[in-house]
Amino acid sequence: MADHQIIIAGFGGQGLLFSGKVLAYAGLAEDRQLSWLPSYGPEMRGGTANCTVILSDEPIGSPIVDHPNVVMVMNNPSLDKYENMVAPGGKLFIDSALISRKVERDDIDVYYIPATQLAKDMGAPTLANMILLGAIVKETGCVSPEHLEEGLRHAVPARHADLIDLNLQAIEIGKNYTKA
Amino acid sequence: MQEKVLMKGNEALAEAAILAGCRHYFGYPITPQTEVAAYMSKKMPKIGGVFLQAESEIAAINMVYGVAATGKRAMTSSSSPGIALKCEGISYLAGSDLPALIVNVQRGGPGLGGIQPSQSDYFLATRGPGHGDFHVIVLAPASVQEMADMTIKGFELADKYRMPCMLLADGTMGQMMEPVVLPDPVEIDNTPKDWAVTGTECKREHHIVNSLYLSPKKLEDINLERYERYKKIEEEECLWEEFMMEDAEICIVSCGITARVSRNAILEARKQGIKVGMIRPITLWPFPKKPLLAAADKVKSFISVELNMGQMKEDIELAIRCKKPVYGCTRVGGMITTVDDILASIKEAEKGEE
Amino acid sequence: MAVVFEKPKSLTDNVLHYCPGCTHGIVHRLVAEVIDELGIEGRTIGIAPVGCSVMAYDYFTVDMVEAAHGRAPAVATGVKRSDPSKIVFTYQGDGDLASIGMCETVHSAARGENITIIFINNAIYGMTGGQMAPTSLPGQVTQTSPYGRNTETQGFPIRVCELLSELDGPAYLERVTVNNVKNVRNAKKAIKKAFQNQIDGKGFSLVEVLSSCPTNWGMTPQKALEWIDEKMIPYYPLGVYRDKDGENNG
Repeated sequence: MADHQIIIAGFGGQGLLFSGKVLAYAGLAEDRQLSWLPSYGPEMRGGTANCTVILSDEPIGSPIVDHPNVVMVMNNPSLDKYENMVAPGGKLFIDSALISRKVERDDIDVYYIPATQLAKDMGAPTLANMILLGAIVKETGCVSPEHLEEGLRHAVPARHADLIDLNLQAIEIGKNYTKA
Repeated sequence: MQEKVLMKGNEALAEAAILAGCRHYFGYPITPQTEVAAYMSKKMPKIGGVFLQAESEIAAINMVYGVAATGKRAMTSSSSPGIALKCEGISYLAGSDLPALIVNVQRGGPGLGGIQPSQSDYFLATRGPGHGDFHVIVLAPASVQEMADMTIKGFELADKYRMPCMLLADGTMGQMMEPVVLPDPVEIDNTPKDWAVTGTECKREHHIVNSLYLSPKKLEDINLERYERYKKIEEEECLWEEFMMEDAEICIVSCGITARVSRNAILEARKQGIKVGMIRPITLWPFPKKPLLAAADKVKSFISVELNMGQMKEDIELAIRCKKPVYGCTRVGGMITTVDDILASIKEAEKGEE
Repeated sequence: MAVVFEKPKSLTDNVLHYCPGCTHGIVHRLVAEVIDELGIEGRTIGIAPVGCSVMAYDYFTVDMVEAAHGRAPAVATGVKRSDPSKIVFTYQGDGDLASIGMCETVHSAARGENITIIFINNAIYGMTGGQMAPTSLPGQVTQTSPYGRNTETQGFPIRVCELLSELDGPAYLERVTVNNVKNVRNAKKAIKKAFQNQIDGKGFSLVEVLSSCPTNWGMTPQKALEWIDEKMIPYYPLGVYRDKDGENNG
């Protein structure tokens, strides 16, 4: 049973909720069962923010995940919070341009990706989230690349449609980068 | 049948209200339901509807009262502290026998409390939110799909029984996105109501929408008539869902987000050989007493899983006439019961510990 | 035989419950005459308040809604927004409009809501037996200001027309009284204009009527009418405080 319980966490403003939405829309395109649950409230403005996305072939019970099997973190507090919650055998994706420390656990797969640096290098410093998302999709197969693109097209508001190609480039960079 | 779309619970309920024929929305910003107002402010002007950001929660519910008095569908939405302010107006709606939909996307309390999900307005909603003897129909959705479906159901029941109906959701239901198939637009009966204020056109006696009765006997009669209606609602309108109850020895009772978490806990417990099932009340008033009482003859015990200090537990005990022990599994303040919390309660109940 | 005086069509046959000498009856009649004269009885919806005029719904033949205390302008907003072709008026006292309902009053005015408000200012809470109102005068003895309204501890009266005239929203604000024949005639003109404005889509119109409450003021009806001249008008000057038509400004 393909069941991906994904948490995406970092600072407000890093596009975390958006990344989750892209996955959710990709899941919708695949006609999977899914839920997307954001953190909300004042902490979203500059504080920590996260969202939980579940993609499953079975009806989804709780939209809240205690032991995610995929986690993406973009700041130190999020790594501290989620490192121990990752289910054994799960995958943890870290923006190593923002988080210098290493993970202590050895029962999970960890991917260190300097996403924020890679994003700056491609001239789109706000797309680190999409680079990480590209890596996640490649390494977990939670959605197909085609559906990820479809998800992206749904999630991007019409007024930003001109940015879709740049987002796709970022996803591509993430896909090509990963090394465990 | 419309296509499957991805929506936040707050947006799904707003769209469903529009599909239900509601063209009058009055609100005031408060987390975590503000998306409802934002959605309505965008949509209503495009379809000839009315969106008005009121000066207060109190004004908003009284604007709803005004529209309801004219016989049209109207709604307001808020979160716990704002609902407390609306209670005056809800009582007047009930006392004047007016239909309306009030959405409460609950957050933690009391006082200003917090902004994270909660179910701590259970008593407030189910005991008649306001002064006087009355009830409102209370619907507790547990998915984004139900946020939409129950909104439509809420309008229908409100109209059918001429009384306010409350959609009692929690912050999680409001904020989460799930795929939802929106219903087709509802055909509403536009024949003028024989009680609504629409202008006499000098052709009929004037209609009075009112809750003041200075004659005690008259007021008593009106209350009694209303409770006859309530009795019928209790008999005919209870909604609930059973999950793995066929062979259950422990029955979880839970609604909204905690019912979702409970479902995971039940599957986990069954892996460990414990036969757990769930009765999920969908109407909190009327409370589904019959299935609970029937279950009391089969199961060893009940567990009330809720985001308050055990408010629904009291209704369960009353429903099963205290035939079996009812354990509580509760988190408050915006904390949400985890699968582990519920499993611990299941094990406690399994052992029969007090 | 020619009929020279009759009850307006828009008043029911119910006997008014108001005290002897109270001017509510006069204002009810003026409102009903205006509704008759404008030919709007069939499409008018009135909102009754909480206070002495709580049972206004029994006195007008138009469709009526009873509002919670102070909420009449919000209820009127709902009714009007439901069907803007209807003529919607509220009839409110000073406690209802200027105390508990001040928020609804100010905001419906600020929105320029196309409704008509008839505001009875008699400087006292009549229904509950004569307590201090937001419009009770400095030094005025009431049940809850038994030593006279002390402005140091009980604050100052609120001049509603002046206060609302600071807003851009209202179309028409006028203060009148009904303590003699000439003033009654002026009051009717003002009330008629406040309804005509709504028919013409001009927006929020409020007429404040200085009224007498002989029972709770502890005066004879005649003395109470004089008290309006002597005490109330000096504090609450009569006149037009807003008229977007630019007429009658004074």
